[in-house]
Amino acid sequence: MQNEPVLRMEGITKIFSGVTALANVSLELERGEVHALVGENGAGKSTLIKIMTGAYTRDGGQMFLEGRAVDFRTPEDAQEAGVVAVYQEVNLLTYRTVAENIYLGREPRRFGLVDWKRMNADAAALLKRLGLEIDPRAPLGSLNIALRQMVAIARGVSFDAKVVVLDEPTSSLTEHEVQILYDVIRRLKAEGTAVVYISHRFDELYTVCDRVTILRDGRFVATRPLAGLEKIDLVCLMLGKQREELRQGTTAFKGVTAAAGETPLLSAEHLKRGRKLNDVTVEVARGEIVGMAGLLGSGRTETARAIFGADSVEAGEVRLEGKTIRRGSVNDAIDSGIAFLTEDRKAEGIIPELSVRENLTLAALPALSTLGVVSRARQAEIVDKFMKRLGIKAANADQKIRELSGGNQQKVLLARWLCKNPKFLILDEPTRGIDIGAKGEIQSLVGELAESGLGVLMISSELEELVEGSSRVVVMRDGQRVGELRGDEISQDNIIRAMAEGATGEATPASTATAHVTDTTPPAATPPAAAPPSEGA
Amino acid sequence: MQNATPVNSAGAGGARPRRSLLTDYGPTYGALAALVLLVLANALFTQNFADVNNFRNILLQVAPTVLVAVGMTLVIATGGIDLSVGSVMAIAAALAATNLERGLLPAVLLGLFAALAVGFINGALISGFRIQPIIVTLALLITGRGVAQVISRGGQIILIDNQNFMSLGKGFVGPVPMSVVVMLVVVAVAIFVMRATSFGRYVVAVGGNEAAARLAGIKVHRTKIMVYALSGLLAGLAGLIEAAKAEASDATKVGLYIELDAIAAVVVGGTPLTGGRVTVVGTLIGALIMQVITTSFNMLGIGFAWSLVLKAAIILVAVYIQRPKVA
Repeated sequence: MQNEPVLRMEGITKIFSGVTALANVSLELERGEVHALVGENGAGKSTLIKIMTGAYTRDGGQMFLEGRAVDFRTPEDAQEAGVVAVYQEVNLLTYRTVAENIYLGREPRRFGLVDWKRMNADAAALLKRLGLEIDPRAPLGSLNIALRQMVAIARGVSFDAKVVVLDEPTSSLTEHEVQILYDVIRRLKAEGTAVVYISHRFDELYTVCDRVTILRDGRFVATRPLAGLEKIDLVCLMLGKQREELRQGTTAFKGVTAAAGETPLLSAEHLKRGRKLNDVTVEVARGEIVGMAGLLGSGRTETARAIFGADSVEAGEVRLEGKTIRRGSVNDAIDSGIAFLTEDRKAEGIIPELSVRENLTLAALPALSTLGVVSRARQAEIVDKFMKRLGIKAANADQKIRELSGGNQQKVLLARWLCKNPKFLILDEPTRGIDIGAKGEIQSLVGELAESGLGVLMISSELEELVEGSSRVVVMRDGQRVGELRGDEISQDNIIRAMAEGATGEATPASTATAHVTDTTPPAATPPAAAPPSEGA
Repeated sequence: MQNATPVNSAGAGGARPRRSLLTDYGPTYGALAALVLLVLANALFTQNFADVNNFRNILLQVAPTVLVAVGMTLVIATGGIDLSVGSVMAIAAALAATNLERGLLPAVLLGLFAALAVGFINGALISGFRIQPIIVTLALLITGRGVAQVISRGGQIILIDNQNFMSLGKGFVGPVPMSVVVMLVVVAVAIFVMRATSFGRYVVAVGGNEAAARLAGIKVHRTKIMVYALSGLLAGLAGLIEAAKAEASDATKVGLYIELDAIAAVVVGGTPLTGGRVTVVGTLIGALIMQVITTSFNMLGIGFAWSLVLKAAIILVAVYIQRPKVA
């Protein structure tokens, strides 16, 4: 075999207590290539990386480094061999110098003592090689996040790295800082280092990466060169959808929202939060279910949290029935009639040790109490009513919520909001990880609620759910709103196409902006090579 | 700490109320059983133990610890800790003792108000500046005792001769010592607050899952400040009782190491240090267990050091029983 790849992983399998996290996954890294690794939640990216860098041991498959079979038992083994991972949360020592951080644990020594002179000189040379102007004697804490991250990368490279894994390296960087990172990556590439690049942002993938490997549900889907791979095909591969013949001639639609003239129930305008949310505007009318589509990290959840006041935003305004909600105030949002069912039930939803009753009425307590004393009778009445209405299956209202199934927990959390009679409900992945029965029940309940006048913003990764349940679908990508579908246009094809091709710069006036996604993409027949990466610098 | 409790995926929501009832109250029942056993064993084998005067004595001695421990229970239920209680006791005692010439009421109010204020500062620093509770209250533990000594004219022992004030520590309501009455009232009110009010639920919700509590509209900051303020107030009350009992305020001694006894009482009683669950009754039982051990060892003539060893063992057992169950 000529031209053996730097690293080859074959048939990698990993099982966690009976659950298969990776099944027969393969990955090949060439010298000097930047290789993107993508996939939605649960695809197995981080498991694969951890096996590659020795943090996990594999349960099946083989791994070859420069043609030799290798078997890393610990991350130190992998580092020694030149395979290193740089994680997004930088694990360095704030009060030590840059040089110390780079050579931590293997400081050059002289007569048994640390050879400071050599360490600083080596570090300076290394940083220069990466094109970084950082003083190796500076304490790490004096650098900004971006430079600290570069130091982390330098530390990785200093192991004579043949493979460097960058796990979401840009998540805390500004636009300018991202450019510094790109420079470093280009230099690594030029030196022949293979870089594995994990990111959810398509613009980054198409700017720096040569090839992409797609994983889905712990399985290998494909490895493709990025040049010539249409975004829409990439999205299809990630979501496991067939790229059917995309229907042509769907009626054009405007980017404007809400029925003309009417004040919308909710309007969120020009929400901005770093690179995560870039000028996002959403409007929802009474009785309307607006779906929100987008890949992981596209800004869906960030939009929801910004509307609810759970995260502070740098700019933007949220109004409910024309009344402005105080920025970053969950309480003001709740008091105005906004409810938010979070995507992470365990971390942000349930209070595990409390009963179904207390969990259900948690947000309604002020209304249920007089002078701070909760009326047991009124509490029981509400709990009873909603347990029946939503079909919550629990031994009784005293059962701890953590003992319930996921679907029933979700119903309790939904009831927590419904018993407050909200005007506007945000559902973030309302049916993720719950059984089919409960899923159907929740979906039809949401439909009924909307008919009775509630406005709903529903975020979902399941295209079927969006297509069936929404009267309008807003599509997000890279922290921006890139398209909107309504009526007949709402189809899985169109959503995927918008996720992939929707104009990046809704903000740039001259571009196709909010306009019709199908305008920007010549349908189906585009030859592969005709879709060069258009964004980036 | 993680709440790594796996969700019961048994579709129907697991109809096992019996089991859950037992494990829910396990620590408290365990503590109660331990207390009953201790008392019975002592009644049988320790001379003069089963005597009304002895029981009254035990209650009298445990009262300040229980007052502090009740405040500590609320703090721990939110997932925090309050190490400053002993110093707060000293501040309250010193302020009251040095101001008794102004009258009973002003002196008592001044002491309690200062205690409340220190608690408030604890809470404000912890929730407002997001400093760890153990650090903030450790700082107040150190400075607080210094402040108490400054108040006591440079660390002097301030003698008290106000009879009305002393009755707080030495007086009786019928056959029951005044301080025991105060203790019982505080325990009863705390039980009511935790069970019946929305504040009680907020405390447990904040300790159980702060992020979820915030997204449900609970005012997390306010709740935290409240529990630390209450802890301070109760510690102040305990400080006044200690001073009244001793007929003097010794800023170097009042409330020394009481934070450890209080935390032990809370933990042995069944409120886990991770927060999210609470039992005020358990705390009372926990404090009684510790006191009964001290008293009985004393009566049996066994060295004080051995009672410490037994207490340590009980704390370890209690924490072991409460450890997060991972299936």
